[in-house]
Amino acid sequence: MGEHRLADGHTMTRNAASEMSERRIIKDRAALSPRPNLFDYEAERSHFEWADAWKLLDGLPGGEGYNIAHEAVDRHTTGSRAKKVAIRWIGKAGEQREFTYEDLRSATSRFANALAALGVKPGERVFILMGRLPELYMAVLGTLKARCVASPLFSAFGPEPIATRINIGGGRVLVTTPELYRRKVEAVRDRMPTLSDVILVGDGDVDGLGLHRWSSLMNAASPEYRIGPTDPEDMALLHFTSGTTGRPKGAIHVHGAVVAHHVTGLYALDLHDDDIYWCTADPGWVTGTSYGILAPLTNGVTSIVVEADFDAQTWYSTLERERISVWYSAPTAIRMMMRLGAEAAKKYDLSALRFAASVGEPLNPEAVVWGVEAFGLPFHDNWWQTETGGIMIANLAALDIKPGSMGVPLPGIEAAILRHEKGRNVEVIAEPMVEGELALRKGWPSMMRGYLGEEERYRKCFVGDWYLTGDLAKRDADGYYWFVGRADDVIKSAGHLIGPFEVESALMEHPAVAEAGVIGKPDPTVGEIVKAFVALKPGYEPSESLRKELLGHGRKRLGPAVAPKELDFSANLPKTRSGKIMRRLLKSRELGLPEGDLSTLESDEK
Amino acid sequence: MTEAEIRQLVCDILSDIAPETDPALLSGGRDIREGLDIDSMDFLNFIIALSKRAGVSIPEEDYPKLFTIDGVVAYLTSIGQP
Repeated sequence: MGEHRLADGHTMTRNAASEMSERRIIKDRAALSPRPNLFDYEAERSHFEWADAWKLLDGLPGGEGYNIAHEAVDRHTTGSRAKKVAIRWIGKAGEQREFTYEDLRSATSRFANALAALGVKPGERVFILMGRLPELYMAVLGTLKARCVASPLFSAFGPEPIATRINIGGGRVLVTTPELYRRKVEAVRDRMPTLSDVILVGDGDVDGLGLHRWSSLMNAASPEYRIGPTDPEDMALLHFTSGTTGRPKGAIHVHGAVVAHHVTGLYALDLHDDDIYWCTADPGWVTGTSYGILAPLTNGVTSIVVEADFDAQTWYSTLERERISVWYSAPTAIRMMMRLGAEAAKKYDLSALRFAASVGEPLNPEAVVWGVEAFGLPFHDNWWQTETGGIMIANLAALDIKPGSMGVPLPGIEAAILRHEKGRNVEVIAEPMVEGELALRKGWPSMMRGYLGEEERYRKCFVGDWYLTGDLAKRDADGYYWFVGRADDVIKSAGHLIGPFEVESALMEHPAVAEAGVIGKPDPTVGEIVKAFVALKPGYEPSESLRKELLGHGRKRLGPAVAPKELDFSANLPKTRSGKIMRRLLKSRELGLPEGDLSTLESDEK
Repeated sequence: MTEAEIRQLVCDILSDIAPETDPALLSGGRDIREGLDIDSMDFLNFIIALSKRAGVSIPEEDYPKLFTIDGVVAYLTSIGQP
């Protein structure tokens, strides 16, 4: 096997004839500085117990339980971290604001008091819809302090996804900006009966019921708040995800998940006390909450928050200026940076950077290795889901990287590849490199505790002791996992899951649409783009202007993150005998692949 | 291309990408990504269409100059497009 020396002491083994699973970026763990928190993977895996990990946290004073906000913020303010910068926020125009742990403590206490003043009770849901403003972070943590349930929504959602999610969650409070309220909430406000209070951050006039100004609520509230007794099993966070059918699912996470946020921050992101850490994900997605808000704070590091959206050069200058040492990003952004070339990155002084990780979808091997070329260090891909609440499988600081793999299960996490027939005749596949469904032994602290109001769908995620991930994968002989694909029709675009049903439903609301089928079309940059196939009602003819109208209709309802980017007309969509649109067949046809078993195909174009 | 032609071209491309909007109503100095709800994928498609239809090649490092309609006008004028 040939060896290629790469920059910064990394060695890449390569052999054209060898399986991809044998390629490695070899690490010399003893040479790494600081010493990785998870230095001896095998030993830690055999010793680790979640029950012991609670000792890394403080718990509420007086033994009154565990509250995420206490572990993330308050506990740091009695010691040397009180004056340490917790969050350095960089606005769109380049302006900066710094918040120490003590600043965060008082701001989040004010928000918790403000919720109480509005009569909001523990357990009630607070939705947060805004760009990455400092108030977003204060609202999420203040909500947790008040023992209410925080649900951050992606600000690129359109009115439909927003209303659907607030209704599923029975949202009592929405924290947003006047502009987003006008553009995305006002028109659907009367369809959200549970929403009684809207807190507006920033200036701008809007009309409506139950509107409050952030600034006046905060000014009127005390900066002192005593967190009430919090059971680790109390609901803390509601994160929405999408399935193939039906409405989005609100995955419930509890306060006790914080022990997993903390430990995975230590082990998978290798957070050390003096790190300057940057998670590029938006808190509207689970990564941006678990690792953009919680894990860095529980670990007491300084977290950088960048309001602006991706732009390669802005990112490089942020990495340079802020002296970022640990960076958690996503494949779509990495591939966009690759388009710019490694030379562009080399113009910046990124010498502070010591660890880079990626999540969202499999990072292709070229991109892992490109990290070495551009930054002098490889990207560490890792894998987890909204439902798992935290990183489960990861390429680790002290272990060799296998480019293209998900990595190895973290201490405390048992993974397996299962063969089963819709949850029956379950069998663990022991042989390496055999495809099956990736499953996790249930019981880790950040495992979802339910889909809100959807007991049946929750139950279906489990078989015996196993949580079924819906992802197909294989495990190699060294214990590294390799992602194969989704077991269902869920679309993964720029790392985010999009449910085809939600998109189809919005298209069907247009008077011209008789039927709609939506698939993920492979795309080299974002993984998959949303593509719609539409059959028109009698009296409508396909035309360029109707195509644009339907695309615009989708964007208006769903927002750019969820709406189709492409739309084709089709006289008749392939359906099963029971009338379900066969998305898989639409996809095979789009890609020119063999169509597979058509025995259940009912109509049309067989 | 005259300035008016460039503006027309930009509006045509943007209304293909975000047909629910009227780019002509956007002020020339406003970030199109915010003003028209354009995400990073849409923006990439905008650049691809722009370079094709204006007949210029746009290196990635120049993308930040194209976040506003005024920026596109200044950029295409400065590189002396055909």
